[in-house]
Amino acid sequence: MIVKQICVFLENRKGRLAELTHLLGENKINIRAISLADTSDFGIVRLIVNDTEKAHQVLKKAELTATINNVIAVEVADKPGGLASVLAILQSAGQNVEYLYGFLEKKTDKAIMIFRFDAIDAAVNVLKEHGVSLLSDQELRDL
Amino acid sequence: MFWDKKTETLDRKQMTSIQTERLQDLAQRVCAAVPFYQEFFSKGGVKPEGIKSIEDLQRLPFLSKHNLRDTYPFGLFCRPLKDVVEIHSSSGTTGKPVVVGYTRQDLDLWASVMARTLCCGGVTEKDVVQNAYGYGLFTGGLGLHYGAQKIGASVLPISGGNSKRQIMLMQDFGTDVLCCTPSYSLCLAEIAEEMGVDIKSLKLRVAFLGAEPWSDSMRAEIEKKLNIMTLDIYGLTEIIGPGVASECEYKDGLHINEDYFFPEIINPDTGEVLPYGEEGELVITTLTKEAFPVIRFRTRDITVLNPEPCKCGRTLVRMRRVGGRTDDMLIIRGVNVFPSQIEDVLVKIDGVSPHYLIVVDRKGTMDDVEVRVEVSEGNLFDEIKRFEALERKIKNELESVLGISTRIKLMEPHSVERSMGKAIRVQDKRKLKGN
Repeated sequence: MIVKQICVFLENRKGRLAELTHLLGENKINIRAISLADTSDFGIVRLIVNDTEKAHQVLKKAELTATINNVIAVEVADKPGGLASVLAILQSAGQNVEYLYGFLEKKTDKAIMIFRFDAIDAAVNVLKEHGVSLLSDQELRDL
Repeated sequence: MFWDKKTETLDRKQMTSIQTERLQDLAQRVCAAVPFYQEFFSKGGVKPEGIKSIEDLQRLPFLSKHNLRDTYPFGLFCRPLKDVVEIHSSSGTTGKPVVVGYTRQDLDLWASVMARTLCCGGVTEKDVVQNAYGYGLFTGGLGLHYGAQKIGASVLPISGGNSKRQIMLMQDFGTDVLCCTPSYSLCLAEIAEEMGVDIKSLKLRVAFLGAEPWSDSMRAEIEKKLNIMTLDIYGLTEIIGPGVASECEYKDGLHINEDYFFPEIINPDTGEVLPYGEEGELVITTLTKEAFPVIRFRTRDITVLNPEPCKCGRTLVRMRRVGGRTDDMLIIRGVNVFPSQIEDVLVKIDGVSPHYLIVVDRKGTMDDVEVRVEVSEGNLFDEIKRFEALERKIKNELESVLGISTRIKLMEPHSVERSMGKAIRVQDKRKLKGN
């Protein structure tokens, strides 16, 4: 139930994000979800794309620093309290979330949240025990 | 391995006697040829024939870069241009360039001292020597070239730059010996990696690196990345170019070719000559050069001399690797800082690469130091807090070594400009503002 995310280190300067997204578009890589964390000097762009390996190659070739790491994708109800109920489960199990970001599934009543944990396997087990629906890497890319 | 074993292993007494004889001849030659030197000797209150021992040199004043610039271009040449067969020049980035000339005999001398240098690393006529020092007015390229040819090695005069081609020839020609700046050797390792070439598995055995200061940690990094032995070589345009001094395989100081280049160490503030073992500025007198000899030239390089015979058998006095120059030194909030100290810290930290730029500026009345350093590609985090921890770590370690606080700016890989020759490590904006 592990999902691959690609992270890119970018200096915080004008047009850098536009260059990155243009590069991906040009290479027919579709962005499913994106999150940006930044400081005044640099930022980290985290992406879920339809072809992680290809994206990694394309970025490396363009001399951008990218790495692939493991996250999980959780389906939550797209209604008030949907995310809160998942977080309540994690909190009571003592699982700490490093960061998360989300996107809506097309034409359904679900939203998908990308979670990053330090202890990813333990978090997966807790969520499964509570019947929370996790998406596989393939399911996520087939959406 | 020796080029000239007899001279390189002379005992101190014999060496001093050769030096004294040559100094006496030098004094006569320069005073006969150039009015500047007549005045130079009278300032020291001594006549050329008054030089009786090598210590008498201490009675003379020093020659500085300013003297050389003031006499631009040929004012200090001791031979007419008809005897001069080659002219080199410094880049002149900080003023008028310094121009130096060589007679045929000077070129012979240059080839011999460079042959000694290359023999320190075991170079023979069977080796392919890839010379990536810049050819042209810069002395690095041709100096190495003459020495390698003198030995009979096969020289590849590829000069600097053209990095992919450098790697290709290294593979195809089976290069044994590389000559370039330390920063360029790391750049080549990077290019090889990008090309998918395992540079460690190539035939390359030894590299002669010089023309810029490099730390011990940077050396360890180069030796590991290229899987070779590296030797530090030392020289200056004003003296002859490369060939003044070189490490041997024991890498315990650089052997100065003191039968040609007489070294002194002085206190840079008072000019007082310091005994062996004390740190100070290196001053050199060229004992036999014909077209462009110098007497007591202040190199601005800080080092220590060690007269003990070396394990390799050489008795030539050794100078410690140059860590900094008096004119590279930055004075930040009153504290002396050498770029090499910063490099030393950065090389030891995981997560950043040794490509960096130090930007010094004045904010209000305070000096502000920004250290721009590239994150390494193999070690990337997905969380900001980890990068922040990395920045804090660098900042703390720099502060403990330098005693001043700096700002760290993490950069994308490849964003700090690569140099094909001497790396540019410092941008001092205070100077531009006329402070």
